[in-house]
Amino acid sequence: MENKFIIKVDHLVKKYNGLTAVDNICFAIPKGQIFAFLGPNGAGKTTTIKMLTTLLRPTDGQILINGFDPANNQDAVRKSFGIVFQDPSLDDELTAYENMEFHGILYQIPKELRHNRIEELLKLVELWERKDSLVKTYSGGMRRRLEIARGLLHHPKIFFLDEPTLGLDPQTRNQIWAYIKDLNKKEKITIFFTTHYMEEAEKVADCIAVIDHGKIIASGTVSQLKKQTKTQSLEEAFLTLTGHGIRDEEANHLDRMRLRVNSWRRK
Amino acid sequence: MTTIYILWLRQIKRYFRSPSRIIGSLGQPLLFMFALGFGLGPIFQRAGGGNYLNFLAPGVMAQGILFTSIFSGIELIMDRQFGFLKEILVAPVSRLQIMFGRTLGGATIAVFQGIVVFFLALLLGFRPINWLMLPVAVVIMFLIAILFTALGTAIASPMQDMHGFQLVMNFLVMPLYFLSGSLFPLQSAPKFLQTISRVNPFSYGVDGLREVLVGITNFGLATDIIVLGILASLALILGSYLFSRLQA
Repeated sequence: MENKFIIKVDHLVKKYNGLTAVDNICFAIPKGQIFAFLGPNGAGKTTTIKMLTTLLRPTDGQILINGFDPANNQDAVRKSFGIVFQDPSLDDELTAYENMEFHGILYQIPKELRHNRIEELLKLVELWERKDSLVKTYSGGMRRRLEIARGLLHHPKIFFLDEPTLGLDPQTRNQIWAYIKDLNKKEKITIFFTTHYMEEAEKVADCIAVIDHGKIIASGTVSQLKKQTKTQSLEEAFLTLTGHGIRDEEANHLDRMRLRVNSWRRK
Repeated sequence: MTTIYILWLRQIKRYFRSPSRIIGSLGQPLLFMFALGFGLGPIFQRAGGGNYLNFLAPGVMAQGILFTSIFSGIELIMDRQFGFLKEILVAPVSRLQIMFGRTLGGATIAVFQGIVVFFLALLLGFRPINWLMLPVAVVIMFLIAILFTALGTAIASPMQDMHGFQLVMNFLVMPLYFLSGSLFPLQSAPKFLQTISRVNPFSYGVDGLREVLVGITNFGLATDIIVLGILASLALILGSYLFSRLQA
C-alpha cells in the first residue's frame, strides 16, 4: 500500500511571521495520476509546491516524495521531480540548447544520453530549429515549451507545473496539455499542476483538490466535486466552494518583480 | 566538479555576450588614469613622489577588480529576480558547489577586467618594473577577486531586490576604494587615514599589486598575500553559509 502513493503529505503547515499560509493539509497522490491543485490567489498553492520541491522548509508536518523526505534527503527528492515554475526561470542570455545543457549537467546526465535527450525533447516541443537562439528572443509560449522540455530532461517521476499556461493563447495551451497528457500516458509520469483555468482542470485532471485560506476544503474527481456542490461545471463548483469574493493578495517582492519584468519586456 | 564548471562557464558566457558591460566597466578606470594620472602627475612629481601614473595604475587595476567582483556577487539578486535561481536551487547539487562555481566565474571575469586595465595603463605610459612578476600580479588579482565576489554573494543572499545596491556601492565599495591608498601614498597621509586603511581589506590588494608591479609597498608583499588569503577564505565561508540558508 505504501508504494501506491508517490506524493504523501501529512499535516503540513507553513507559517510566515505569524501568518499561516498552509494550514495543516493532508493528501496523497497515487503514481501516474494527473492531480490538479486549485485555489484562488493567495490560497497557499505556490507555498505548498515550494515545500514539496525543497525550496521552502515546512513549519510542521511530513512530506514524502517518491518515498523520500525533503527534510533529510533533499537530493533524492530533487532528482525525483521536474518543475515548471509559475514565473519564468530560464537564463535569457543563454541559448535554448545551453539552458538544456546546463540543466543536464546539474542533474549529472552522462554526455551522450544528455545530447540525445536534449535533441529528442527540443524536437518534441518544436524548438529544435531555434535551439541556438538566445532565450531572450523567445515568445512567452516558446519559453514555456522550453521550460517543459527542460523539466523533463532528467526523466523525473513527478512533474510539477505551477500555472503552466498562464498568459498563453488557446493554441499554445492546447498544445502544451496535449504533450503533458501524452507524457503521462506513455511514461506514467505523475502530474501535479495548478491553474486558474477551470476548463483545463476539468479536461485533464484525474483528481482535484481545492485549497483556500491554507486549508483543503474539497477533493475528489471532477464529477464528485460537481455532485458535492450540486453544480454543472467545475467552475461553478469552484465558486460555490471558495465564494465569489475577490482576493486581495498583498503585493510581495515577487509581484513587484513581475510588474517590472513585464514593463521591461514590453519595451 | 562539473557543477562548479557549468556555473563558472555560465558566468563567462554571460559576460562575453554583453559587450556593453565590458566597455562600460572600462570607462571609469580609464578616466581615473587619464584625468588623475595626467592632472595630478606633475604635482606628484614635484613633491618628490615620482611617476604618478606608475603609482596610480595598480590602484586602478585593483579598483576594476573590486567593482566587477562585487557586482558579480550582487548579480545573484538578478538571478533571483529573473527566476533562474530557482532552477539552480531545485537541482540535486550541493549549495556549496553552486556558491563556488558562481564565485569562481565572477572572480575570473574580474581578473580579466583587471588585466584589460593593465593593458590600458600600458597604452597611457605605465611600465611595470619587472615583467617576470606578472604571474604573481595575476595571483594577487585573483585573491582580490575571490574576496570581493564572495563578499558580494554574502551581501546579496539576504537581499530581495536591487534597491540596496546603491547603498552597497556608496557605503561599502566607494569607501573601500578611496580609503585604501589606491590614489595617494599612505606614508604621508594623516594618522587616522592610515589607521582606516589598515583595517580596509582592499588596501592589502592595492599594496600587493603595487609592490609586484612598481616596487612600492606599505605593508610588505608577504603580509598582503597572507591577509588577502585569510580574508578571501573567510568571505567564502560567510558567503557559503548565507547562500546555503537561502530559500526561494
